Amino acid sequence: MQPSAAAPDSRTAAGRPHAGKWREIWKHRAVYAAISPFYLLFAVFGVFPILFSLYLSFQKWDGIGEMKFNGLNNFHYMLTERLFWKSVGNTFLIWIYSTIPMLIFALVIAFLLNSAFVRFRGAYRIAYFLPNVTSIVAVAIIFSTLFANKYGLLNFVLTSFGLSPVQWLNNAFGIHLAIASMVIWRWTGYNAIIYLAGLQSIPTHLYEAARIDGASTAQIFFRITIPLLRPVILFTVITSTIGGMQLFTEPQVLVGNDGGVGNNGMTIVLYLYREAFVRNYFGYASAVGWGMFVIIVLFSAVNWMLTKEKENVSTGR
Amino acid sequence: MTSRSIWNKFVLHLLLVAGVILSVFPFYWLAVMSTSTTSDLYKFPPKIWFGTHLIDNIQRLMQNIDFFQALTNTLFVAVVTSVLVLFFDSLAGFAFAKYEFPGKKWLFLALLATMMVPGQLSLVPSFVIMANFGWVGSYKALIVPGMANAFGIFWIRQYAQGAIADELLSAGRIDGCSFFRLYWNVALPILRPALAFLGAFTFIHVWNDYLWPLVILNDKSKYTLQVALSQLNGIYNTDYSMVMAGTFLVVLPLIVLFLFVSRQFISDIAAGAVKD
Repeated sequence: MQPSAAAPDSRTAAGRPHAGKWREIWKHRAVYAAISPFYLLFAVFGVFPILFSLYLSFQKWDGIGEMKFNGLNNFHYMLTERLFWKSVGNTFLIWIYSTIPMLIFALVIAFLLNSAFVRFRGAYRIAYFLPNVTSIVAVAIIFSTLFANKYGLLNFVLTSFGLSPVQWLNNAFGIHLAIASMVIWRWTGYNAIIYLAGLQSIPTHLYEAARIDGASTAQIFFRITIPLLRPVILFTVITSTIGGMQLFTEPQVLVGNDGGVGNNGMTIVLYLYREAFVRNYFGYASAVGWGMFVIIVLFSAVNWMLTKEKENVSTGR
Repeated sequence: MTSRSIWNKFVLHLLLVAGVILSVFPFYWLAVMSTSTTSDLYKFPPKIWFGTHLIDNIQRLMQNIDFFQALTNTLFVAVVTSVLVLFFDSLAGFAFAKYEFPGKKWLFLALLATMMVPGQLSLVPSFVIMANFGWVGSYKALIVPGMANAFGIFWIRQYAQGAIADELLSAGRIDGCSFFRLYWNVALPILRPALAFLGAFTFIHVWNDYLWPLVILNDKSKYTLQVALSQLNGIYNTDYSMVMAGTFLVVLPLIVLFLFVSRQFISDIAAGAVKD
């Protein structure tokens, strides 16, 4: 397997295992040099900032003046601050409104595309994937014209059906829906492509056997497709959880740094951004970063366990 | 063929086409808006067919922001980052795929673990570090932290393990090739398909990046397209057709790039997610 013939060296150094190890390391110095850039960069721009942000979260600092030790005050402030909890609530609601429809749509699209008689599958995949390569800033600008209160396209559709227009960006539900629809639009195709790849790895004889036994399409979908696709579904649930908890660009471009009317578009990362770079509370913003981290870890763990749980139930039958 | 199965096929295709329309419609709507005048956009019922004002809108855009400057800036950052990522990731990915060395297992595990860390956690301290380096407002702050990444190394390693034959490396070694010569002359040509995907992926990612450039860039002349676009949207939201023309020009190059690489790109995305 390994082209670097190690055997002769270890023989000569058999008496001194330590020297052998060092010699082995020295012999591979070019290999270590090849992998070192990543570790150097990660140490400087990954590990150090994380430790530093832990330190900063106990300080009071505006980024320019003196740092002052602040104990647990940042965390205490965060936990009692209405706007922090509001941003957590907004983030969760938007996540629910976006993830559930998105994954269902994606599953349906993948299931349809996987039907044997669909032609031009490649063209469909490209059309569905296209939104994913679009920049979020552009998406937010386009969607702001769809959801605009006065002249938006959606309100035109509503009024032409005789319904009254909705002030989308003036209420919590409207803002959440607008942001969620951007997420759905951008990520449904991506998840459908992933599901499709998962579906194509399911052996066709399973479907054939089920058909011979007289199973309906719905039975095949719920009894064969879904259980066998579970690992892929778990992957998409976890990635969309992490992505959903980190929403920033959509609300920032759509409704601005304060999250729009009633702060209803304020997400956790937007809140962190505003506290750090608009209001210059660097210490407090670092504490918010840790709050966000804990939320992501807890929430991902819950999602993971729920999806795992189902797996046990279905295979236990 | 029974009438029932024809009916099923019809419904299936109807659903698929409806999905495509939903997926493509915002692009169409963007194109309609960027070819109209702003007063057209405020009309009821709205225009749903292309206008003739694209050139006017683009001209006004050019007067208001230095679009070509922002385009050049973005291209510069995206190309330099992509080239560096390709070099460092393929070097490390090749080393992990084809060499045994002390500590390899742990180093690789650590590499995978770094993918779990959310970037926003270190947003504030990263900015402070950049300020201490004197890199705020400089492209170094955008390029350097991203020039080697765990995802790319992992990706190249997976590909290299299967694609590069050990016999080829042994033959090169007998001819007296160093590690770097083997990488450059043997591995790189074989890795080309994996590099094409990683390059396109990185380019699209950097082109679309918004939060970090927004934090780091403080000088208008250095803005990347996404930052320039968001500023344009904030300041000039009365001249919507101009903003739309700008959005159109920012989205268009990536769509063209994507259409060129789409087939392989989509398969690679799917493979990366479903494997393991």
